[in-house]
Order: sequence, then C-alpha cells, then structure tokens
Amino acid sequence: MTNHYIDLKNSDCILIMGSNAAENHPIAFKWIMRAKDRGAKIIHVDPRYTRTSARCDYHVPLRSGTDIAFLGGMIKHIIDNNLIQEEYVKYYTNASQIVSSGYDFKDGLFSGYNQEKRSYNKDTWTVEKDEKGIPVRDYTLENPRCVYQMLKKHYERYTLDQVSSITGVSKENLLKVYQEYGATGAKDKAGTECYALGWTHHTTGSQNIRTMSIIQLLLGNMGICGGGINALRGEPNVQGSTDHAILYNILPGYLKMPSGSIDTLQKYNDKYTSKSTDPQSANWYQNYPKYTVSFLKAMWGDKATAENEFGYSWLPKMDDGKHYSILHTIDSMYAGKIKGFFAYGSNIAVSSPNSTKVRKGLQKLKWLVNVNIFDNETASFWKAPGVDPKTVDTEVFLLPAAASMEKEGSQSNSGRWVQWRYKAANPPGDALSDGDITMRIIDALRDLYQKEGGACPEQLLNLKWDYKDAWGKFDVLKASKIINGHYTKDVTIEDPTGKAPKEVNLKGELVPTFAKLMADGSTSSGNWLMSGSFEQKGVNKMMKRGKEDPTGLGLFADWSYAWPLNRRIIYNRASCDLNGKPYNPKMKLLEWVGDKWVGDVADGPWPPLGDKEKGKYPFIMKADGVGAIFGAGMVEGPFPEHYEPLEGPLAKNPFSPQLVNPTITIFKSDLDKVANADEKFPYVCTTYSCTEHWCTGFTRWQPWLLEMMPEAYMEISEVLAQKLGIKNGEKVKVSSVRGEIPVVAMVTKRMKPFQVEGKTVHEVGIPFNYGWRWPDGAADASVNHLTPSVGCPNTFCPEYKAFMVNIRKA
Amino acid sequence: MKQELIKLIDLSRCTACRGCQVACKQWNEMPASKTNNFGSYQNPPDLQWNTWTLIRFQEIEDRGGNVKWLFRKDGCMHCTDAACIKVCPTEALYHTEFGSVALKAHKCIGCKACIPACPFGVPKMNTATNRISKCDLCYTRLLANQPPACVLSCPTGAITFGDRDAMLAKAHKRATELGGDASVYGDKFVDGTHVLYVLTEKAEVYEHLPTDPKMPLSIIVWKDILKPAGLITAGAVVAGAFLHYITHGPKTPEEETTCEGGKES
Repeated sequence: MTNHYIDLKNSDCILIMGSNAAENHPIAFKWIMRAKDRGAKIIHVDPRYTRTSARCDYHVPLRSGTDIAFLGGMIKHIIDNNLIQEEYVKYYTNASQIVSSGYDFKDGLFSGYNQEKRSYNKDTWTVEKDEKGIPVRDYTLENPRCVYQMLKKHYERYTLDQVSSITGVSKENLLKVYQEYGATGAKDKAGTECYALGWTHHTTGSQNIRTMSIIQLLLGNMGICGGGINALRGEPNVQGSTDHAILYNILPGYLKMPSGSIDTLQKYNDKYTSKSTDPQSANWYQNYPKYTVSFLKAMWGDKATAENEFGYSWLPKMDDGKHYSILHTIDSMYAGKIKGFFAYGSNIAVSSPNSTKVRKGLQKLKWLVNVNIFDNETASFWKAPGVDPKTVDTEVFLLPAAASMEKEGSQSNSGRWVQWRYKAANPPGDALSDGDITMRIIDALRDLYQKEGGACPEQLLNLKWDYKDAWGKFDVLKASKIINGHYTKDVTIEDPTGKAPKEVNLKGELVPTFAKLMADGSTSSGNWLMSGSFEQKGVNKMMKRGKEDPTGLGLFADWSYAWPLNRRIIYNRASCDLNGKPYNPKMKLLEWVGDKWVGDVADGPWPPLGDKEKGKYPFIMKADGVGAIFGAGMVEGPFPEHYEPLEGPLAKNPFSPQLVNPTITIFKSDLDKVANADEKFPYVCTTYSCTEHWCTGFTRWQPWLLEMMPEAYMEISEVLAQKLGIKNGEKVKVSSVRGEIPVVAMVTKRMKPFQVEGKTVHEVGIPFNYGWRWPDGAADASVNHLTPSVGCPNTFCPEYKAFMVNIRKA
Repeated sequence: MKQELIKLIDLSRCTACRGCQVACKQWNEMPASKTNNFGSYQNPPDLQWNTWTLIRFQEIEDRGGNVKWLFRKDGCMHCTDAACIKVCPTEALYHTEFGSVALKAHKCIGCKACIPACPFGVPKMNTATNRISKCDLCYTRLLANQPPACVLSCPTGAITFGDRDAMLAKAHKRATELGGDASVYGDKFVDGTHVLYVLTEKAEVYEHLPTDPKMPLSIIVWKDILKPAGLITAGAVVAGAFLHYITHGPKTPEEETTCEGGKES
C-alpha cells in the first residue's frame, strides 16, 4: 500500500477491482464501511458478485483478464473529458516530457521487439533530455510527442464500444464507473484503488496495476489522504516477506539480486545507482551503494572489508538472463535438473499452477524438506491419489514448525506497519520457530564446511553468525537489531555550518535512520528500509502502541513503525501545491509552514517545488522526481496494452494482431499444454480463496472452519447450469487440457454470462483452498490441476485467474 | 432487572465473514459438525444444538432485476414475552437480569416443549445429553462486563451491544439513514426482543424470519387461562392435561446432528 488501511476511510471513491476485500481482507472492510458512512462511493469490478459486491454501492461484472481494456477506457474517458488534476499532471508527473523520436507502437508491439527472444530492447523507450541531461518539458502539454499526447494517442482505440465488447461490461456500467471515479480528479476529492491477487494473477499482472497508477497520477490521487494504490497483502505476512526478500530477484529492502556478469561491487553499484543531473530531483536512489555496503556488512561483519569488496563475491549470483521463479524452478524440477528442494511454509503441490507437473516434478527430487505446521499435499505427494509409493525415490523430511502465535517477531501489514507480535503459547512437541530451524540447519552446514571444506566455504564460514541468545536459541530481538543496523566503528559527524554540536556515534550503537547509512563500511544494516525501526538507545519502535491521532486522519504515528521512516503515506509531498499548501485543506496531510513540513513524516526535508533553488519534485524515488505515466520499468512496454490471457475464449485480440502478452515465457514440457479458443474447453474459469480458508487450506484441519466450507465447489450461473442440466449441490467434473477435478456445483444468480465480441461467454469460479490430504477421504480437488504454468513476465506471478475449462456431470 | 441489554445486528454492515459463527463456538466450546457443501455458502444448513448462531445466505433479485446477496445472522432473539420460558416446566429456561434468556442446563429434563413453542426455531436438542441447547447471549461474559463473543468478533460494526434505549435509538436512526425498505425488526412483538435487526429489505423477503412472531395461542390458553384454573380443582388439572395434548399437538422430531454431544466429529 502507498497508503494504509485506516486511510481507506478518508476516500471519496473506492474502486475495488482485482480484490475481494470483504472476504479476503475482512478488517479492511471496517475502514471501507467508514468511508461509505461518510458518503463515499464504493465500486466493485469483478467477474463474480461476491460478499464484497454485497456491501458496495454497485457491482460491475467483467470478464477475467480484461482489466487493462477496462482501465484503458477510463484513461481515454478522463482525457477526453478533461478530468485531470492539471497542476499535478503538469508538475508532478512526466506528462510534460517529450518522448524520444525512436519510440513507436504499432500492431500491438512497441519499438524494439525481438520475436526470437520474446523480449524488448528498451533503448527507444526514453524521453528527450537537454544538454545538461535534464528531461525537456512542455508544460502546455500540447507537443504531439509529449507523454500526455502520446498517452492520449495510445488509448484512442479504447472506445466505449470496443471496451464493452472485449470486457463484457455494458456501456452504461462502464460510463457509470468512469464518471464516478473520474470525478476524483477534483483537487479536494480522493479516489483510491484496492487490489490483490485478482490483478497480480495474470500474464498482464504488473501492467494491470500500472494502468491504475497512470489513472491515479492523472487524477492527482497519489500521495494524498484517501488516495493511492493499495495492494491488500495476504495474512501470511506477504508484505514483510517481500520487504525481507522472499523473491528470487531481490535482496532485503528491494535491492537487486546480482547476476553473474556483474562480478564486482563497483559494477553492481554503477548499474543500480540512480543518476540525475536535475538539481530539483532528490533522486533518492543515488544512495544505493550505502544500502548495498551496509547490507554486506550485516551479512559478513568484520570479514567484509573494503579490500574484499565487503564480501560481494560471496553473494550468490543468478546466471545472466535466467529466472528462478517458482514456475522456472518447477520446470527444472520436472526436467530432472534439481536435486533437493525446501518447501518452507509452502504447499506447492496445491499452490503452484499445473499441479500434475508439480507433483511429477517432486518425484524427480532426491530429497524434499517441508517445514510446516501440518502435513500437507507436498510432504505427502508420494502417497497422493494415483501415485504408487514404491515408485518414488524422493526422501521427504517434514519439519514441524511453530505457528505464527507460537513465536515472537515482527509482522508487517499491507500499510507497511511493522508491528511487534508477542508469543502467545509454546509450540507443541518438537515444533520450532523458523528462526530456530534455520539456525540449526546453517549450524550443521557450517560444521560440515569446517570439517570437509567444499566450494566457496567463505560464504557460510565468514557469516556474521550472531543471532542466538545465551541458551543457543534464535534471538529474534538480536536479529531485528541487525536488520536495523549498527555503527561498526565510532563515527563523528560534524555539522557543516558549525552551528550544531558534533554528533558522536559509538561503535555498536544502533543506526537511528537509513539516512545515516554509509558506503564505507562504517555502518551495517540487514535491510535499509527497516533502519530506524529501533531508537539509537535500543527502544523497539515496532512495539509502540500509542493511540493518539492528533491530525484526525488516522495516521497513528505512535503505533508501530511504518517503513520508510515511519511515513504513513508515501509521496505525501504530492498532496500539496507548488507552494506547499494542501490541495485539500480538509485533509491536511502535510503543509509547508515557515521552513519545514508539518504533518506526516514528509518525503524529505526539502521545500516544495515552487522554491526554484532548493525545492524538489515529490516522487523522490524516481530519478527525474516525477510520477511515471510513460516509463521503461516494465518488460512489455511503456504504456500498458490489452492482451488476452494465455487461454481465453477469443482466437483474435480485437485490439491488435498480438493475441497474448508478447513477452511471456512459454514453457515447453510435455505437460505444458494450452487450449485457447478451443471448443473442447469453452468456459472461462477463475480461482480464488474463500474467507474461511487460508491459502492452500491448512485451515481444513480446523473443524469449525471446515464445517463452514467443507469441500471444493464451483460457482456457476443459472443459465449455464440449465444448459448443462446441472442442479445446485450436484457433483460435477471440471477439466482443462491439463487435468480434471471433482467439485460441487453451486448454481448462483451471482454469476452471469458475458456478451463478448458478439458471443455469449460463460465464466465459472473455483476456490483454491482444497486438496486430498485432509479431511480424510477428501477428493483430489486442487484447482491448480487445471491452471497453466505461465505468468506475468515482470514477476512470474502465475495466471491463476483466467483459463479455459469444460464441465460435465460426475 | 439490573440492566436491560440489547444486541443490535445491522444487516447493511454485515460482510458474512462468519467471525461471529466461529467466535460463538470458540467461547461456548462447541464442536463442529461434519457437513457437505449443499450448493451454498451457508453451513451448517440450520441452527443446531452446537451452532447457536448461523449466517444465512440468500440470493434475491430486486424489482430492477439486480442481484442482491442477503446475509442474516440467525440465532436466539431473547424475547421479553418468551414462549420458551413460559412452557418450560422446570424453569431451566429463565430471564437473566439483563433481559436475555438463558438456560440452566442441569434443570432441563429434555421435554422439548420449548422447541415448537419458539416462533424463531431456536432451541435445539442435544441428543447425546438429552438436553436443550441455545444461545444465552454469553451470560458469563455479561456478568464480567464483557460483550458477547459474536459482538467482539465483528470487524465491520454490524453487531453492536448496549443499553436498550441507546440500541433502539441507534437502530431507528440507521434504518432512517438507509431509507427504502429498511426497517427495525424486534421492537414491535413479544414485548420486544433483546436482539434487534436493522433489515435492508422488507421482513417478508428474508427466509426463516417470521413477519409477525407471536407466543403460540395454545401456550396462552394453557399457561395463562387453563393452568391457573386447573390449580383450583383436580378435575380441571386432568382436563387441562388432556387439553394440552389436544392443543399442543404432537412434537416435530428434532433433526439429529451428525456428531455426539461434546465430541468433535
């Protein structure tokens, strides 16, 4: 979230799209209802009418996988009707910058496409710069090559008729949403968007979100109370895990994972340190080397020195051009290229797409370690229905883990609030916390390396291995302090003006903020974003529970610690005009008073942009300081474009000759079959989680939850059920080209057929919370037997939300 | 009476997360039943001896053809003129000092008289213990100045709890705010219930919700007229017993739950 949960109450219009907030984020709905009480409009755009729809002002059904078409139409509506927040768009976004002459878009492809590699050369996705290297701007927004005009041109094709025909949304409904949301372009109105897996689970996942980001910039909704782009993250500490680098392509604090050819620290820092010559750009990522070196110091302590590049060579490197997502890993596993696998708090036999391929891949491992609080379909894959245990050689270790309430630590909510959580009970039996399990494994590995040697032993043996308490147990507070960071030697900072006293920091003291981190090895920090979560004298800010809210805006600055620097709303300087006065005086998030910002923790101390000498642009994490309406960040293009899901009902993309996202990775194993626009699989299917169950369903072990949602079901419209002769509550079989599962048919008025390109398209939905392992006798109803191994080319988040199936009576 | 307390259920705020359904089972230590998906989110299908509160899910189409999904938290209404108390021969069912209807289980003889008496279909038989089972509005929590478990669990403020007058005022204010077919349910019959609804639709739209719940006539005849008279002469008692059989009629057999009392299935 750029904002935070409580802030949802400050919105005038909440678009819930790509999320089923009431079911999957029930507490979020507390604040959404508060907004509704204030008179806000709550809109739900979703293929299904869900428990969320029931509490919204209205529900707009949309065919799965057509969000960009829907939102592209909104961009066109906003531009055509001049609903933009003009000052904001001119000065706080790159709308006024001039797109390089080499950039082009034709037939669904941007300039620089390489058909063979299925990727782009981004050299032309740039803007013109003057002799000083500063972007050229046309504040009239009239230059035909300025970003604003290029945006207008790009979405010219997204007419009401065309969008309605692709999405299956009526023109009346499209207009209703466009008008309602477009009205938040007024300076004193705020619109926000809540998304979750409904947007990320697509081959266009990242671009779904980016399309909305463009809308939010056009309407001046970023950085303000009641605005922002709000990813509702999952209960399993998804926010915290991502901040601390659960993904293969990042290091803690979203630093980049190096690859093989970036073989020196110098090269690494040069590549990823952001550069700008614009004096009005804060260009925060110019500090990148400070975070890198501090991270390396946290990893390898005194062993990390300037002479050995602070141990950079000990960091694992990815092979150039290779990806290591779960999709790639399973593909390699199925190809027999992986020896051992840790399924740590995960159940890939249920959670990963194309479960048949996953489970066959598991059979090719030599060993599998599953760390979990219950046995699951992954740990027991060798005795799954249809598998003869005698034919499986994989050795499986199931390590019992402590549940979240059986261990102490921090948990980060979607609003970036890192909250300390205390232990409520001891874990049962031999169960240990993840920290303790990891400690023991690494201890054993270090012993082995010490005794037997091996490849690159420095990596492990030089680790700063100081995470234990006096009893040899994992000390979570110690680990948290290492993450915050320390001074590694005495550091005295003199005030350049000589007015303030010298600041003396002693070796071993905690670093009070990431602004103090250094690239010379004098500081350490396991995750720069968390630097500041402790006070210098050791007070843990994550434990703070102050309930004061002096602004009345729900910021609660004294409750927990929000990264970065306890800032509650990111890019908050964009809530003020060029002179630092709030655009909406009724929601005074921040104001420039005298010589400082008053309100939330401001995004930097510099004066507002109106101060031509010292003022800075508000989007400080971007090199040019402004919000990117046009940007080279995504792999598939600087403007989002509608492409069909890998499997859909259409043989042709009505927008262009490019049927599917041209940059997706197509896996080619014998089990990676695809059936697009195939009459054998005529119905669109989507998947989701229900309120009652958690992810792949370890909540099935909880009798009260199982009682409420006992078995897998398929939501199907009355029209389709009648056509197929299916009665409510009847058992049916659903199949895709990859597999078949048994489910109970739930015939409902809440699903309706779509009219798409002149044809009736039916969509059904199945939850992903079920598997055979529990309860006893449960059917093997994991819906991922049906889904394809394909994902968004930016994140490789799988396309669970749109694929094609057939249905027959069981 | 110490303090009359009311639970207000504002259906316009309910997201059917069913936190209340689970919190009730947790606080009251009741096991789950083995269920099947019968083509609905609703489960168990009905109130049971071990399910004192249940979210009912109902799909309707309004006059304009728009789909609506209605959620109603069903359970004991805690009537002031409570038929179950009136028919209970052993005073196992009784009014607490808060106005709620609670049960002294050890006094229950399993006569089942309360089952057909209740206009809301609330009391259920635990066949393992041969005793009645129903919501007591978390009496032990009220004694400790705590709200009922369902109230505490509600994330959206759909279930709130407080003094009778404040809750009545709040309910009427909310119904007025909502307008349309919204109304307050629970203040106009059986001398008022201690559970109030703010309904978003007309009462007759909701399944299993009586539009005009009453004390059954047979109970009034027996308890208020014949039984006092019967005390005067023994003959009248005999006649009364006979009449009770005639007017009260045979009992409908209680649905069996699929697991034994006190044991998880």
